[in-house]
Amino acid sequence: MILLSARIELIRRSLPALLGGTVITIQLTVLILLFGVFFGLLFAFGQVYGNKPIRWFVNGYEKVFRSIPELVLLLLVFYGPPSLGIRISPFNAAVLGLGLRATAYMSQIFRGTFKSVGSDQITAAYSLGMGKYKTFLFVILPQAFRVFIPPFANEYAIILKDTSLAYALGVAELLRQGQYIIAVAYDPLSIFLAIAAIYFVLTFGVTRLLKILENKLKIPGIGVEIG
Amino acid sequence: MGDEDRPLLNIKELKKSFGDNLVLDGISFSLDTGQNKVIIGPSGTGKSTVLNCVNRLVVPDGGEIWLEDTEIVSCDNINEVRQEIGYVFQGFGLFHHLTALKNVMLGLTRVKKVPKKEAKEKAIAKLERVGLLDVLESYPAQLSGGQKQRVAIARALAMEPKLMLFDEPTSALDPELIGEVLNVMRKLAEEGMTMLVVTHEMGFARAVSDEIIFMEKGRIVEKSSPEKMFEQPENPRTREFLFKLDELYGKGGE
Repeated sequence: MILLSARIELIRRSLPALLGGTVITIQLTVLILLFGVFFGLLFAFGQVYGNKPIRWFVNGYEKVFRSIPELVLLLLVFYGPPSLGIRISPFNAAVLGLGLRATAYMSQIFRGTFKSVGSDQITAAYSLGMGKYKTFLFVILPQAFRVFIPPFANEYAIILKDTSLAYALGVAELLRQGQYIIAVAYDPLSIFLAIAAIYFVLTFGVTRLLKILENKLKIPGIGVEIG
Repeated sequence: MGDEDRPLLNIKELKKSFGDNLVLDGISFSLDTGQNKVIIGPSGTGKSTVLNCVNRLVVPDGGEIWLEDTEIVSCDNINEVRQEIGYVFQGFGLFHHLTALKNVMLGLTRVKKVPKKEAKEKAIAKLERVGLLDVLESYPAQLSGGQKQRVAIARALAMEPKLMLFDEPTSALDPELIGEVLNVMRKLAEEGMTMLVVTHEMGFARAVSDEIIFMEKGRIVEKSSPEKMFEQPENPRTREFLFKLDELYGKGGE
């Protein structure tokens, strides 16, 4: 048995390395989220306003990327391209692989939020002389944004946790940093607990903040949904 | 006032099908400035479609709709034309994220580009006109159905339209809230607003309208003054329909 004081001392000494890994984890999370939001938004517009081939493409994309395990996607994106002569760094492969998956989910989330604004409001906007663009900007977007926050918080938590899969590609994110420490100071219990605690703080802290934002923006008289 | 010999709204041979379903089969009528006409008829006869064609929320298959000198079906500035036509419908369509005041202001600031301060004054004046000064800062979800519909009317009026379309404005309301909306509409009519109304409220039709148009299966069966329509309708179908309405809603007299 390792003494408790020794465990605490180990965690204390490992903290700089773990936090270094945490920075990489946060970078991965932010980049994947940006990737997912950007392309997800684009795809959702395509799905809602686009013509048939575009809708068909987005539909197919969502189905494909929601059906492949993240780890398989990561391995495919990392080990696939070199055989075609394209080299891609582990970090970039992680962003791309998990970003492709995030796009599929984000696109669905955006589509749902756009559609959450009832057709009566859109009819009313048109009849005031607003075109499609103004209707989107002044009627759909402000309401969709509010509806967007809870599923976005959920997606954030999923992506943050999924970045630990980048471990498999050798990215020195939080989990892999922990493994390096465990390899020399054999105390998996303490280090994995420390890692778990850091993930928890990152997930809980941010979803908590988003919850506060959600409550702040709540429209008086309305529960959560918008009809 | 531009009342030469041409009507404010002139609908000619309007035709519309949804798939195989012929909804409008050659509808023609006109509306002079200050006139009020009420369209009645069984559900599914295309009454709402007529209104939706007038502001081109539905594009007709054939016919013409003239708002003064503008032909609506073929015009290429529909967003400008729609500013001239107020539209109030069953579902209110209030913007949930905005207060009553901001609902009325939105069209002014974002479409007409009226400065904020002026838009606010205008919006308050319109909300006062529909008797809602006490709920300026309320959100739609905090309003009753009757209040919602009156905000919707104020919002349409704020655009200073030449013509107001009402599509069953009281059909979604609890019976005790119908009166407040009809009173606002009646007042508007008395103040000279040109109105085209689809409704089952025969009391309103009788008291306010200059002409009642009875539609069935996409055609106009009969149109005449309310007195004639209610006392001695020509067509047996009209008589039958009015009799049914009397049974459902009570006599159309007041």
